[in-house]
Amino acid sequence: MKDFVQLFTQLDQTTKTLKKVAALVDYFNKANDKDKLWTIAILSHRRPKRSVRTSLLRAWAASAANVPPWLFEESYHIVGDLAETMALMHPNLESKHDKSLSEWIEFIIDLKNLEDEHPTESEDVLATKKEKVRWAWNQLDETERFIFNKLMTGSWRVGVSQKLMTRALARHSGIDENTLSHRLMGNWRAETSSYHQLIIATDPADKISQPYPFYLAYGLEIKIEELGKPNEWLAERKWDGIRGQLIIRENQLFLWSRGEELVTDKFPEFEILTEVLPNGTVIDGEIIAYQDNQPLGFNVLQSRIGRKNVSKSILDKAPVIMIAYDLLELNGKDIRESSLQYRRQELVRLVDNAASEKLLISELVEFKEWKDLLKERADSRKYHAEGLMLKNKSGTYKVGRKKGDWWKWKIDPLTIDAVLLYAMRGHGRRANLYTDYTFAVWKGKELVPFAKAYSGLTDKEINEVDAFVKRNTIDRFGPVRSVKPDLVFEIAFEGIARSSRHKSGVALRFPRMFRWRKDKPAKEANTLEDLEKLLNLYG
Amino acid sequence: MALLQFTEKGIFCERANVYIDPWKPVDYAIITHAHADHSRWGNKFYLSHHLSKPIIQHRLGSDIHIESMEYLEKRTIHGVSFSFYPAGHIIGSAQVRVEYKGEVWVASGDYKLEDDGFASPFEPIKCNTFITECTFGLPVFQWQNQKEVFDDINKWWKKNQEEDKVTILTGYSLGKAQRLIQGIDPSIGKIFTHGAIEKTNEIIRNMGVKLNQTTYVNSEISKSAYRGALIIAPPSALGTSWQKKFQPFEVGNASGWMKLRGPRRRRSLDRGFVLSDHADWDGLNAAIKATACEKVIVTHGYTNIFSKWLNDQGIETQIEATAFEAEGIENTDKNNAE
Repeated sequence: MKDFVQLFTQLDQTTKTLKKVAALVDYFNKANDKDKLWTIAILSHRRPKRSVRTSLLRAWAASAANVPPWLFEESYHIVGDLAETMALMHPNLESKHDKSLSEWIEFIIDLKNLEDEHPTESEDVLATKKEKVRWAWNQLDETERFIFNKLMTGSWRVGVSQKLMTRALARHSGIDENTLSHRLMGNWRAETSSYHQLIIATDPADKISQPYPFYLAYGLEIKIEELGKPNEWLAERKWDGIRGQLIIRENQLFLWSRGEELVTDKFPEFEILTEVLPNGTVIDGEIIAYQDNQPLGFNVLQSRIGRKNVSKSILDKAPVIMIAYDLLELNGKDIRESSLQYRRQELVRLVDNAASEKLLISELVEFKEWKDLLKERADSRKYHAEGLMLKNKSGTYKVGRKKGDWWKWKIDPLTIDAVLLYAMRGHGRRANLYTDYTFAVWKGKELVPFAKAYSGLTDKEINEVDAFVKRNTIDRFGPVRSVKPDLVFEIAFEGIARSSRHKSGVALRFPRMFRWRKDKPAKEANTLEDLEKLLNLYG
Repeated sequence: MALLQFTEKGIFCERANVYIDPWKPVDYAIITHAHADHSRWGNKFYLSHHLSKPIIQHRLGSDIHIESMEYLEKRTIHGVSFSFYPAGHIIGSAQVRVEYKGEVWVASGDYKLEDDGFASPFEPIKCNTFITECTFGLPVFQWQNQKEVFDDINKWWKKNQEEDKVTILTGYSLGKAQRLIQGIDPSIGKIFTHGAIEKTNEIIRNMGVKLNQTTYVNSEISKSAYRGALIIAPPSALGTSWQKKFQPFEVGNASGWMKLRGPRRRRSLDRGFVLSDHADWDGLNAAIKATACEKVIVTHGYTNIFSKWLNDQGIETQIEATAFEAEGIENTDKNNAE
């Protein structure tokens, strides 16, 4: 594991992209295929399955460090990372093993297998697991322990995007970057694949579910007139749902979310599309909640996300459709290099022929001059849309977030001035700082919490708020502090809906801190009535 | 009447009418060390260790009324005897031992147990009541010995030198900076200092204390002279135009907080070195045990957590609020002697 530790340390120690890529290339050149495959898997968020419950790990780590559980938990709140807390607290030892990264991962997978082999002897299995984990901790030095713990617990942000990893892998393998990002998409797992199968083998037959990398747009940074001639561009609504890729191959349907998650099972209503769309079709679109020829708000769709079982009542309450934006594969042929105009023309034909109420075309917003779009954009909330998308008619379908041919032109957010009421310590890069806040509005003389927000402040402002929180704490509840209601922030959000789950009766879409209103005393913050007005207008 | 009390002005010995590290102006202040939150402006009289005196005078003005004494020397006021014992925190830092009719209290200021080869090493004192900081009072804080840390720093500097880069290492101006200057291998290359640090160095050298050679960064030195060299700067210099002129450089910070990945990554550093002038978790516990005290008073740091831990261990502990600043993650520069 020494090479991987060195890689991790190098990645962690620098903020410079060039250095990160160089470290990765260096590692790929040295590592064996198994370690390479696992590294790719880890950096694309494909960890081995969890083999030990974190509640057990915490207890074992506390006892290994000879501290009571409450002290472990307090330390965890401050460190802000479970794997790190467990690694730091353990008595520090020299590294005394020669296992490789993939061997340690196999060690972790074997812990999981213990359960399957002895399903009835759970007590014994636990005791064995504990012994093995304690043994592992005693073989590893501090950084290795951290990495081992990270492999066993939650998500791991190494500070390397998939894009950077792909770039390094391209340099190492000599395979083109876009080709590689395509090969790395989809449902593969390091447990069942090999480096050769995933990266080297061309056009593998078992990849019928494989999606294409999504093309993502940046927000419009220039004046719209500077885009050029209006007749070279298309405008369509930016629908507020889940971006998805619908694949029909060999009479099977696969639905991928933008987060590269296979969500076919979550949306059984699309299954019938296999009957009306030809094989070798891949459509990029937006899954939105929709009823009686009307788009519904994102909150309706949200009620389906994260549910394990999609029950009949959910299907009735939150029916969905896909709005088709683009066509990536036609008759089994990758057409991403064709112009948008061509792709759209073929898409319209497919959608028309399918004639399904589950698949609609993304209607174009007609305009002659750029200024025609101003009103259309302003009307977005009426359609539960986030704004407009502007696309160059001659553009190809690109990989990842790229500037040039696609721009999103979102409407300005809704805003409300609110009082900071509670603060909680952040995690990861923001560990040990109070960065997670709950905000409230006035209801008479009482403050009613209505939103949580984590983003929008600069590091300097975060430090200032952190210092305020530490000096103005009224009460502590575990990791949460209630603070003197003094600070006012302008909270921006994309949408508002009624909610029975929140004390305030409203739920906001993507709330964040827009501005610190240092000019406003707390008593001048907005009221619950103001929120309700927004709800009546836009909810 | 307790021998020492916590009042709104500071830690007060009523019987002697003396304060230790007061945060509001008083007539008689005994000072543990020369950092700004422990030796404040406005007192009519100061008593410090010999090695703290010139630094305090530099900060507060040469016209203040100040006397100094050696470690273990005694000064008796109204029957209460006061003496300094080494605290190992920075040069001249002291624990204040207070004794009256056989009862002993120790106000330890800030301290660390490891001998850093520069500050006089910490000496435990038997006492009835021990007043302690707990800046790093969590079991996740365990320090490596400083030799290993300096090995890492030396290696880093050499690597940067090979790449023809400037190495900028930050640490606060009084204490950490000198520890770095003294601990790093001076045979690797030339060591430059930021003005705030060189000022402190000058005072320390004038006291006859030996410190490795350093050169003050100034406009008469050509830019190329910094290539391959080391520059020691206070953390406040990061991100300033002062720093930018040294491009291409690598930046490191030496602090106990560098133990945590979050703070390390937050400060867009190339390297974080775990080197603290405060006691780590084991250090705090060992120091308290060595006093064989009946009671502990914790003043700054993770006071709630650390006092609960000590009480659970059967050591009677209470928290007293002071105006001492626990060296925070984001304000490691507060001790800047300027």
